[in-house]
Amino acid sequence: MTRTDPLDVPRPHAQLHFGVFFQGVNHWTIWSAPESGSQIDPASFRKVAQTAERGLFDAFFLGEGLRLREVDGKIHDLDVAGRPDALTQLAALAAVTRRIGLVSTSNSTFNEPADLARRLSGLDLLSEGRAGWNVVTTDNAWTGANFRRGGYLDHADRYRRAEEFLTVARALWDGWADGAVAGTQTASNWAAPGAVRQVRHRGPQFDVDLAPTLPRSAQGHPVIFQAGDSGEGRDFAARNADVIFSAHGNDFDDALAFAEDIRTRLRAVGRPDDDLRILPGTEIIIGATEEEAQEKKRWVRLQQVTPATALGIASLLWGIDLSDRDADGPLPAEDPVVAENDGSFGARRIADPRAVVAEWRAKAEAPGWSLRETVIALGPQRGHVGTPAGLADKFAHFVRHGALDGFNVTPYLIPDGLDDIVDLLVPELQERGVYRTEYTGTTLRDHLGLREPLTHRTAADRRQAS
Amino acid sequence: MAPPFALYGREFTCSRKELPLSRPALHLAVELDGDGAHPAAWRRAAHSPDQLLTPRRVAQVAAVAENAGFTLITLDDGVLPPGAAPNPVGRIGAVERAAFVAASTSSIGIAPVVPLTYAEPFHVSSQLASLDHVSAGRAGWVVTEEDQPEAARAWGRPLVEGAEARARESRDGVEVARALWDSWEDDAVIRSVATSRYLDRERLHYIDFTGETYAVKGPAIVPRPPQGQVVVLGRPDRVPAAQLDVGLVGGHDLTSITAAAAAAGTARVFAEVEVALDTPDATAAARVADLERHAPWPDQGRLRHIGSAEQLVALLRELSRHVDGVRLHPLVLDEDLAVLSRLVLPALSERRLVARPLPGTSLRTTLGLARPANRFAAASLPEDAR
Repeated sequence: MTRTDPLDVPRPHAQLHFGVFFQGVNHWTIWSAPESGSQIDPASFRKVAQTAERGLFDAFFLGEGLRLREVDGKIHDLDVAGRPDALTQLAALAAVTRRIGLVSTSNSTFNEPADLARRLSGLDLLSEGRAGWNVVTTDNAWTGANFRRGGYLDHADRYRRAEEFLTVARALWDGWADGAVAGTQTASNWAAPGAVRQVRHRGPQFDVDLAPTLPRSAQGHPVIFQAGDSGEGRDFAARNADVIFSAHGNDFDDALAFAEDIRTRLRAVGRPDDDLRILPGTEIIIGATEEEAQEKKRWVRLQQVTPATALGIASLLWGIDLSDRDADGPLPAEDPVVAENDGSFGARRIADPRAVVAEWRAKAEAPGWSLRETVIALGPQRGHVGTPAGLADKFAHFVRHGALDGFNVTPYLIPDGLDDIVDLLVPELQERGVYRTEYTGTTLRDHLGLREPLTHRTAADRRQAS
Repeated sequence: MAPPFALYGREFTCSRKELPLSRPALHLAVELDGDGAHPAAWRRAAHSPDQLLTPRRVAQVAAVAENAGFTLITLDDGVLPPGAAPNPVGRIGAVERAAFVAASTSSIGIAPVVPLTYAEPFHVSSQLASLDHVSAGRAGWVVTEEDQPEAARAWGRPLVEGAEARARESRDGVEVARALWDSWEDDAVIRSVATSRYLDRERLHYIDFTGETYAVKGPAIVPRPPQGQVVVLGRPDRVPAAQLDVGLVGGHDLTSITAAAAAAGTARVFAEVEVALDTPDATAAARVADLERHAPWPDQGRLRHIGSAEQLVALLRELSRHVDGVRLHPLVLDEDLAVLSRLVLPALSERRLVARPLPGTSLRTTLGLARPANRFAAASLPEDAR
């Protein structure tokens, strides 16, 4: 990519933000290499978080799945699995990090505001304003089988519940007036009379009446992340989120189209169109030369897409059990079966399997790819591959043209997978002026350059925005 | 002795057998919530009220307790405010505080209070298993009940009415949490390159719990805790003894404590003792009287010691003949914890009545409790044979 004049771009002063997503599920995390560390040892989490902090990342991000994934009614056994509870792990990390944001993926369907809003608030206080909440929703009874309340939620109600959840959570987070607690032991009251407001909410999803038990943190509220990609999800984000953890970070045009779409939706709800950060999830593979990077990519893909994983991905696409086939042989001759529900949960669905299979056949034919090679070449794709300088040029181009605000990086190795990014890529980005050289604030909201929480803005702010 | 259980490839002491009798006579736990056991304790705290809900404060009191040589800290909690005006009405969730403390301590056991009256047992199980991982096997759990109707309104759930119904929720919740901890066998992660399998699904188990009010499928989403089972503490008159590792018994005097301890039926018994000690600046009685000007010290049916450190040492010595441990509830943390650490624990340690927990040792091992066999694995093979 050619280097553009840094000032002859839509956002000449834009800064790239990095988060790190310690995934703990799915085949992108390599578990078979000698350098693959534990997925549950607290030292792995500490190492990744501290490396990210050394690299001046904005956030350390943990996912959540409330039931072990299954394929054909059996527990999926090919990928890493078994994660700590996100908020518990992050509270521990708050004690061994100083600046980096700590973001928990937590489910709005199978939690209640009194509990979850308080846990998030506790993390926010213990980290002195570094907490974030990635709001996710679930509708299925399969996950509900682990909970008292069961799978009671209609698909259409997922976001309604999430939004009402946020309304209650924000009321709780705003429940204490600033300076509510006395500054001296001789005060007549520990909390000033009237400084703590009871939260009463009665809606379709929640009917609660409670006293908030925590003050606001240094950043006001935990930062709200959102990852849903549907129209509904995007609208939810435009109304509520501070950060979108998107799936649009590989291709520049796709990323830009997504960002433009989000900006349009932001304006439609009366928010400034720079009110939200877009951080696509990505993998970054770095080599000293382009060839070395491609070679490393090949190694990474072979580790990620084992023969069994190739068959698993193909089974999902074909809708039939291909586990007894030879991954190093040709593509299955059968046509895909489009099933309503094949008993697989926790995995992404493919919209039009017939079209995808047809494309795979066409593209695999000339080079004579095996099934595994085809999955590697054409299966789920992600990430950026290149030299530190090449990647820095590319990312500077992305961010200066408003296609994204940064990346939530998913390391393919735990716990050392960030080392190259921090040691090699970050200095190149800094040299190009698109990456901070020190933390200038203390909170996650500061790092992301976000405005006040939505409920703290005055009417004047909102008028200015529209 | 059984070989040590390896944790994350490092040395870790969590014996599969009951430990020999050379263990100390008495384990001391201390409750560290807020500013102390008295509702007005904040008035005698060494910090201003607005410093209570800060990470510095949370870490500092835990460090004092660890340095003093306590076996265990407990952190009280509940969905409702800890008190009412004019006293403190705020607190950070106990599991979050416990995890934070775990990362800044190395040997002390950490037991958050988590009631199960309204909480999701699946979440509670995950949180406590995770606490055991982040503390490398030092997690405990104090099971309590939410007995105020306001708790139901806060959760937005139907009122669990009456002592019997609350006991049912605790019983079912502990059963679910414990079954989930066993739902991953210790060696479920196999990383078999030959077969491309990370997990052995034969070593993962659906718990298929069905209680009176709900059902839970499993397996857990968190691998088995380092201790196998987190150490569960609770009142034996409220939670079935078989579900508890440590029974917490009350009683106003030695006789009633002794009787309760004898009837507990739990592997270990800790007595609940409230303490107000003489400090260099004021007698215990004067300190209590000072706080009583602001609020009464509610009677929770526990033995209360108001007096000198020496008298407390004698009392604990006497108690050590009847119970395995004592959980202390200090009147004012900033005052009484200092006396406990300067005078009481050293005196007990000198008499070899207490011993400091060792780094790299599980809470179970410190308490002389065996690492439990896995209920699901045990069905196929004896664990020692695996």
